[in-house]
Amino acid sequence: MRMFLTGNHAAAYGARLARPQVVAAYPITPQSPIYEKLSEWDGQGVLGGRMMRVESEHSAMAACISASLTGVRTFTATASQGLALMHELLHYASGMRVPIVMVNVNRSLAAPWSFWSEQTDSLSQRDTGWLQFYVADNQEALDTVIQAFKISETVFLPTMVVLEGFYISHFMEPVEVPDQRSIDEFLPAFEPAFRLDTNNPAAFCQVVTQSQYAKFRINRHMAMEDALEVAEDVDKEYKQRFGRGYGLLECYRLEDAETVLVTAATIGSTAKVAIDALREEGRKVGMVRIRLFRPFPKVKLIESLKHAKKITVIDRNLSPGQEGVFCEELKSALYSRLNGIPVFGFVLGLGGTNVSPSHIKKVFDITQKMRDAPLKPIVNIEDEDAFGI
Amino acid sequence: MHSEFDPRDNLHPGHMACAGCGEVLGLKLVLQVAGRKAISVVVPSCLGIILGPFPHSTFKIPVFHAAFETAASSAAGISNALLAQGDEETVVIALAGDGGTTDIGFQALSGAADRNENIIYCCFDNEAYMNTGIQSSSSTPQLAWTMTTPLGKPLKKKNMVEIMGAHKIPYCASACSCFPDDLRRKVEEAKKINGMKYIHILSPCPTGWRYPESLTPNIGRLAVETKYYPLYEIRNGQEYKITHHPKNLPVEDYLLAQGRFKHLVHKDLDTIKEEVDRNWDELRRRES
Repeated sequence: MRMFLTGNHAAAYGARLARPQVVAAYPITPQSPIYEKLSEWDGQGVLGGRMMRVESEHSAMAACISASLTGVRTFTATASQGLALMHELLHYASGMRVPIVMVNVNRSLAAPWSFWSEQTDSLSQRDTGWLQFYVADNQEALDTVIQAFKISETVFLPTMVVLEGFYISHFMEPVEVPDQRSIDEFLPAFEPAFRLDTNNPAAFCQVVTQSQYAKFRINRHMAMEDALEVAEDVDKEYKQRFGRGYGLLECYRLEDAETVLVTAATIGSTAKVAIDALREEGRKVGMVRIRLFRPFPKVKLIESLKHAKKITVIDRNLSPGQEGVFCEELKSALYSRLNGIPVFGFVLGLGGTNVSPSHIKKVFDITQKMRDAPLKPIVNIEDEDAFGI
Repeated sequence: MHSEFDPRDNLHPGHMACAGCGEVLGLKLVLQVAGRKAISVVVPSCLGIILGPFPHSTFKIPVFHAAFETAASSAAGISNALLAQGDEETVVIALAGDGGTTDIGFQALSGAADRNENIIYCCFDNEAYMNTGIQSSSSTPQLAWTMTTPLGKPLKKKNMVEIMGAHKIPYCASACSCFPDDLRRKVEEAKKINGMKYIHILSPCPTGWRYPESLTPNIGRLAVETKYYPLYEIRNGQEYKITHHPKNLPVEDYLLAQGRFKHLVHKDLDTIKEEVDRNWDELRRRES
């Protein structure tokens, strides 16, 4: 059914179609409409599972972890400060190998207080052992939430589906909502082999020795590596059934592209407009949008960038004292294979400031004029003197 | 007391508690009454040590060793997951220490009480962070020595039973591992009630309270018989019932038997006596 939905409601429909048995949530702008929509369905008796209105995001994640260990499918959603509050338990969830699916709506972290889109909240959770998807529109939000359950329940790792605050969360678009029966065929019931069960008593999360701990950690890493292939297979199957697939990366007009923009989320959809205009002018530009950030699709990135002469990255996030996180990760992936290509890192759109097609065009212009990539991120595209053109 | 070979035991012999541990006595009784159709949550505390290292377990029932501040929220997650699967029979029991309850886990506990989650929450109160080496918690009594209150704790012990009573939960109670029949009855009572149940179990600790390990049963009994720690229960936040009428022994019999109070002078003892009498009168008033 085609519906006119905000990104938040699209994600909520995705969660409901997956038939979660326990949902635990806590309000926070700009995520609250997901919580409200699920509560509305709970009130109407159509949610199917149990809704826990907990007193913090920390308890939401704790409840999802233990509920999942008891053998049920779980869902939660959060943003920004809420995600930061959960941090301890994000490690716990992946360590316990529970396939929780969580939507995080990107919002800038305090201080100072701000409510607009920035990816630093979710990227700060990079090392917690969660899969992370960054989506570019409302349809992709819904589809990715459903895919996430299937991927997570295959590799037994939790997945975070990341939507940008307001740009996606509150923006309305037509969205194709699949019917329940076809989702039920795609996503079978969650039946874990191990669970808290009085017929088969076991202790979960015991104290381990150093070498046992090392083995658990490596196992978690191997599961994350496996997730690359699983995510791709699930996306292909989804495309076969529903006609929509996204890949781990979205490649746009890469054929003969000499300058390739690498970015994520909504900047990727905006960039297509800029790239089309530049192509009209005869400029050889293209784009790679990173959809799956963890596990990082290195092989696919190297493959898609091997003919580029210059790579430029726009990050809506910043690791203070280093640079944008996508840029840093990309350089790390390229280093052993394509280390001759200069990578120009731009940090734009912080705090939800607008990144328009004209800004992206300017980024291409600046990249064109510069020969060597600066070691520091370019944070101001208006002041060309600042970075020595 | 029951022998270690009691067929109802849900605790294997050979656990890792200190000699003379008052907490493991209470744990044994709680798990016995909880029965085999129960799932437990343990959070970092002496309980986590008693539980033993991977791949062993001291518990005969399923147990999840959860994050420190999540005893209540983890138990609530299990309870909801069971209900989502149509299981209304299995008992869910949260087991935490006083630090995990009165300090770091307090918010999650208050939230679970507010939602009236169908769990039994047991706080094993040994009145300090004993597992990490005797640091003061908000459940450490006034003037008690700990490693972080070398001159005695300046402020009073947080009264968790009254706080949980004020949440108007169906059932909350104080208990002591040295009053086994009273403790067993309270856990049995909690099992019968739907919704949030809270049992606060005073658990004498020879290691942290500084007394010979053979004295644990005496110390626990003195805490109660001196009115220092009354045994009672509160239903729905208002129906008070004192479950053991103390012999009114001198409070110094309890205090001076422990190294953590050995620095007390007459003035201190008078202050504590006044406090104990005031609390007891207030409890009697609420009961009537």
